[in-house]
Amino acid sequence: MENSYYNPKDLKKFAEIGEWDKALADKFFAWYGDVFADGALTAREKSLIALAVAHTVQCPYCIDAYASDCLQKGVSNEGMMEAIHVAAAIRGGSSLVHGVQMMNKVNKLSM
Amino acid sequence: MKSLHAQNKPLAEPAEQLAILAGAPFLEGQLPTFQNQLQSIGQWPLTPKKLEIFQVNLGYMCNQVCQHCHVDAGPDRKEIMTRQTMQACLEAMARSGAHTLDLTGGAPEMNPDFRWFVEEAAKIGVNDFIVRCNLTIVVANKKYNDLPQFFARHQVHVVSSLPYYEVQRTDRQRGEGVFHKSIEALRMLNAEGYGMPGSPLKLDLVYNPSGAFLPNNQQGLEADFKAALFRDYGIHFHQLFAITNMPISRYLEYLLASDNYEDYMDTLVRAFNPAAVENVMCRNTVSVGWDGRIFDCDFNQMLQLPCSTKAKHVEQLSPEDWNNRSIVVASHCYGCTAGSGSSCQGTLTNA
Repeated sequence: MENSYYNPKDLKKFAEIGEWDKALADKFFAWYGDVFADGALTAREKSLIALAVAHTVQCPYCIDAYASDCLQKGVSNEGMMEAIHVAAAIRGGSSLVHGVQMMNKVNKLSM
Repeated sequence: MKSLHAQNKPLAEPAEQLAILAGAPFLEGQLPTFQNQLQSIGQWPLTPKKLEIFQVNLGYMCNQVCQHCHVDAGPDRKEIMTRQTMQACLEAMARSGAHTLDLTGGAPEMNPDFRWFVEEAAKIGVNDFIVRCNLTIVVANKKYNDLPQFFARHQVHVVSSLPYYEVQRTDRQRGEGVFHKSIEALRMLNAEGYGMPGSPLKLDLVYNPSGAFLPNNQQGLEADFKAALFRDYGIHFHQLFAITNMPISRYLEYLLASDNYEDYMDTLVRAFNPAAVENVMCRNTVSVGWDGRIFDCDFNQMLQLPCSTKAKHVEQLSPEDWNNRSIVVASHCYGCTAGSGSSCQGTLTNA
C-alpha cells in the first residue's frame, strides 16, 4: 500500500481507470472533453469554474490540474484567487444560510 | 543577476545540458526519445524543406537577463558577430534564395555593426526583414531612442517579447521594471506607426509562458493581449506568436531548481503533435551563430549541436548541401512539437 492517500503522479494515470471498464471510461472521457470545449461559455471560463469547484470538493488532483490549466489559459493570479473566493463564499454562505433553519427550529421550540 | 556563463555554473556548458536531456526519464525508457517518436510516425530522419529563413544571431550580449533565456544572454556576454561575418551572411543569403532575414541575439541592436548590417541587408531585397527587439533596449540608453525611426526607415518587421499584459508575470520572468519599460517602448513604436491597425509597419508580440506550463491557443491569447493592452495602455500591435519555452540553458536551470523538469518533459511528450513535425522551423531555416557557424536552429546553436552538412560555416554554405542534410534532434525538440507546435513565428498548426 502507498503510505499516502494522494500521490501527484496518479493524476497522470487517470486514463488507466479504463483498464477495468473501458466502455464506461471512454464515455466519461468523451463527455468530459465535450464539457470543457468552447461553447456558450469559453474554455477559459469553464476552467475557472472547474478551479473553484475543485476547491469546493477539495480534490488535490483537480486543484493541480486546473491551476495549471488556468495559468496556461492566461488567467491572472488575481482572477484565480477571486474564483476560489466565490467557491469559499458559497461554502461559507451555505453553512450560514442554514442558520435560518436553526432559528426556525429554536423559535418553534421556544416560548 | 548574471548569466550562467558568468557564474561558471555547470549548466552553462552545452555538454552538461545535453547529458540531462539524454538522461532520466528518457534513458530509463519512461518516455520515448524524440528519435523514437519520429520513427513511430515515419519521419526519421527529419529532412529539410526549401530554405526560406536566415536566422542570424548577432551576439549574446543583452541588456536584460531573463529567467527563461535559452541563449543565456546578458550584459556580461561578449560573443559578438563581426562585420566580416555579417557580410558572409548576406552573400550566403543571396545565393540561397531565402526570403526572410531574422536577426536575433541577445539584443541584436547592441552589436556595434547592427545598423550597418540592417542598411546593407535592406539593399539585397529581403521580403520579410525581422528584428527580434526586446523592447527595453529602445529606452535603455539615449543612443537607442531612435530605433523606431531607424526600423521604419528600413521597413523592418519588429517582433518583441512580452510574456504577459500585466506587470507581475512579466517582471518575474524578464526582470524588475521590464514591463513598464516595454510599455514605454511600445508607445514609441506605435507613435512611429508600428502595430497600428492597417499600418504596413509590422509589430508582432511574442508570448511565452512565465513558468513550467505550455502556451494556450494563440488566437485566444492574442485576443486577450489586444483587449488588455489597448484598455490599460492604449497600445496596438498586429499578431501574437505563442512560443513554448525550450528546456535548455536558463529555463532548464529553472525547471531543475523548481523540481519541475520531469513533469515538464512529460507534459511536452504527452502533447507531441505529429502535425507540428510537418512545419518545424529547422526544416526551412538556417541558424547562423555569432561566429558564422551554421546550425539547424537557434536551440541547437546554443547546445552546440553541429549540423550534419559538410560545410559548418556560413561562408561555405551551399543550398544543395543544406537541403540534403538530416536534421540533428534531441529531447529538447519536443518543445517545438507540443500542442499546436512552436516556432519563432508562433504556432505551427491550427490545432
